Amino acid sequence: MVERVITLPDVGEGVAEAEIVEVPVKVGDPVREGETLVSVMTDKATVEIPAPVEGRVAWIGPEIGQKVAVGSELVKLEVAGDAGAPKREVSARERPASTSSATRDASARAAVLPSGEEAVSQGHAPMRTPAPPSAPARPREAARTAPPASPAKPPDRPLAAPAVRAYARDAGVDLRFVIGTGPAGRILREDVDAYLATGARGAVSARGLARNTAVEEIKIIGLRRRIAERLQDTMRRIPHFSYVEEVDVTDLEALRADVNETRKSGRPRLTMLPFLMRAMVAALREHPGLNARFDDANDTLHRYGGVHIGIAVQTPNGLMVPVVQHAEALTIWDCASEVARLSEAARSGTAKREELTGSTITITSLGALGGIVSTPVINSPEVAIVGVNKIAMRPVWRGAAFEPRKIMNLSSSFDHRIVDGWDAAQFIQTLRALLEAPAKIFMEA
Amino acid sequence: MEPISCSVLVLGGGPGGYVCAIRAAQLGLDTVLVESGPLGGTCLNIGCIPSKALIHAAEEFHLARRFAAHSPLGIRAGEPSIDLKTTMAWKDGIVSRLRGGVYGLLRRASVKVVNGIGILRDGKTCVVDTDMGRQEIAAEHVVIATGSESVPLLGLPFGGPVVSSTEALAFGDIPERLVVVGGGYIGLELGTAYRKLGSEVTVIEAAERILPQYDAELTRRVMARLGKLGVDVLLNAKATGLDRSGATLRIERSDGHEQRLHADRILVTVGRRPRLGGFGIEELDLRMSGNAIEIDDQCRTSMRNVWAVGDVTGEPMLEHRAVAQGEMVAEIIAGEKRSFDKVAIPAVCFTDPEIATVGLSPDAARAAGYTIKTASFPFTANGRAMTLEAEDGFVRIVARADNHLVLGLQAVGQGVSELSAGFALALEMGARLEDIAATVHVHPTFGECIREAALLALGHGLHA
Repeated sequence: MVERVITLPDVGEGVAEAEIVEVPVKVGDPVREGETLVSVMTDKATVEIPAPVEGRVAWIGPEIGQKVAVGSELVKLEVAGDAGAPKREVSARERPASTSSATRDASARAAVLPSGEEAVSQGHAPMRTPAPPSAPARPREAARTAPPASPAKPPDRPLAAPAVRAYARDAGVDLRFVIGTGPAGRILREDVDAYLATGARGAVSARGLARNTAVEEIKIIGLRRRIAERLQDTMRRIPHFSYVEEVDVTDLEALRADVNETRKSGRPRLTMLPFLMRAMVAALREHPGLNARFDDANDTLHRYGGVHIGIAVQTPNGLMVPVVQHAEALTIWDCASEVARLSEAARSGTAKREELTGSTITITSLGALGGIVSTPVINSPEVAIVGVNKIAMRPVWRGAAFEPRKIMNLSSSFDHRIVDGWDAAQFIQTLRALLEAPAKIFMEA
Repeated sequence: MEPISCSVLVLGGGPGGYVCAIRAAQLGLDTVLVESGPLGGTCLNIGCIPSKALIHAAEEFHLARRFAAHSPLGIRAGEPSIDLKTTMAWKDGIVSRLRGGVYGLLRRASVKVVNGIGILRDGKTCVVDTDMGRQEIAAEHVVIATGSESVPLLGLPFGGPVVSSTEALAFGDIPERLVVVGGGYIGLELGTAYRKLGSEVTVIEAAERILPQYDAELTRRVMARLGKLGVDVLLNAKATGLDRSGATLRIERSDGHEQRLHADRILVTVGRRPRLGGFGIEELDLRMSGNAIEIDDQCRTSMRNVWAVGDVTGEPMLEHRAVAQGEMVAEIIAGEKRSFDKVAIPAVCFTDPEIATVGLSPDAARAAGYTIKTASFPFTANGRAMTLEAEDGFVRIVARADNHLVLGLQAVGQGVSELSAGFALALEMGARLEDIAATVHVHPTFGECIREAALLALGHGLHA
């Protein structure tokens, strides 16, 4: 009997310790090679630490919930047989399966399991046809195929040209699990591609249910990265608070339907948005403090006369906010056509820079997907954002009876450094009053 | 001085450090390099480059002397003389040109170079005492590239006539009697050069043969040549100290015999060790591997975001290893996926004849459990070698017997250092004997011997 100590491997970049979240084995349990001994959680991922060899659990160190440092002893295994094998610690460097990348994890498990039924039950089809005997096979295979008389061979490094090694590393492939089809089992670029393709197919088992341990690594670049940085910055700087109020839009919807029905040809169909924009222009006349941009680096609030309304638009690349400039000077029809034009420009990527900057307040609306409540994030450095939720027919108690009314919620967020709760509530109530009696929207102030 | 804050701080401007800095800057990382001495490190200033210059000068002088005596080529010339000051000035010119090149490369890459000894305060900050005052540098990543230094011999400290390779590369005159303590490649390269320049040279080696890291089949040629050149080699011998006069070296043979050797200069080349002192590295309490900083296959030390490259990480202490490590570390810091996955680190001795080795020797391959095929092709059967009067030597190939994968390539002979590029390429690409045999090699060159050796190993040599 030989004892093998399994330590916590370096599970990923910069992770110095990990929390034990699961120990599926008990002392005395027999374990197969590749069976999970311990699951640990880092701030990045949960990683399963598999048994490097078949054996019996002799000792379990940490308890669930305990945080352990990289290199700490986790489990001791009694390993039968080869008394000549040196007792040594096993960590990630030698244990291919103990890696933070689940893709590699998956491939490692596939590789340590013999092909056939067992592999299928684990959700991994054998990767490729077995290597020809001349190929530098994996240690287990080597043991199986090598003529008994030949001396023991050290496990070989994967045989591949430097460019192929770099290619595999970039693709997250551990070449130890790729079978080379080149001369002497040399791994070619095509072999790596084939491995990647098979790895994806391998997740389908006979039962139809299989663990999918694939993890796709996606570089956050371009617009998405800009969005991420901006939102991160916004949330870090601005203490948000949200305020939700329901608005009875029955009359507004009736007006909208009527206007749309009777509109002159050539004029755009009106959505809720232009009405809201005009209502906001009117409400901001009473609450100018919300039509502003806060330059917090210089402790200066810029309050604007003009109302430049940002409209959050979903584009194929992500969220963009084109700006309807000077909404106070636009008719409802102008608003509608401007929104249509800008949305299209944003979606097709033709929006000009000045059409994407300079808003003083923003509207975000997901239309029919609007849900009942949202907590919009302020379009920094503005101080307010108004979110539009979906319109739903609801029973509303109108003094004597329940009446079916069209109700729409407005979920809005404010920069609490500048806007007090009372001011925000006042603004939303004004907006609500206007939307509930839409004629007022169009009355002179 | 205003503290500097940067992404990458490289401590040491040798090949590992400056290459790391250039690559990091190329990849857009804000990089600072701290070096107290001249840029280029051991290799450029007191190692590879000046020694190769000196070896070449010695070789040329030796050739001229041969023409004065007897040459089968029918060339006759008068007795030559050498002005060592001019030789050294020429050598220094090469060094300073290369050093200027390194400065230029760093400047072009926008690496900020801070002159002074950098002392790490922790794994993120470094204090440098510069001519302009104290400079504090804070970095996200620290790359330790402080290199190595000559190991002094107990009982024979440096000073007076006892010198290291650094001084031996800048002697003001050619010593009449030079004793080299340590029969490794540094001692043999310099010992041979001074022998060719006219010194009486004795090499003292404690082991039972010279160049103990290389197999005897290769070193035997060097040993024979040393004999021909008139270099005395005392094996199984230890230098125990100087006598009171300061000019006589006491030597103890393994049989207990004591011997005394008169010497003007004593060159001690018993090895190099990682240079760790004086940089605050000990304070970091990094995990060590012997006397070197322990690194993993990405050159990470035991401390997060502290990296180490080159000689400070131990053997093999070779410029090209340091460069490869430095380059890789910069790329990893920049977010690329890299690891030090080289099949082999080639090594060359610029002895006479030269030795070039890549990968496993036959014995090492067998010890690693391989069943091998091996073959050597002698230069005596190579036309080019004959025309260069360089028939002493051979190319040897080692391959797995089962699939003919080449495990090692070695050569000994004049100019074989240049063959090492092809050797390394073969190993990195995973060449089999058949690949080399099927590659057309130019005639007449030494390179043909590589193909012939592969053919021999395959059992159908054409010219032997």
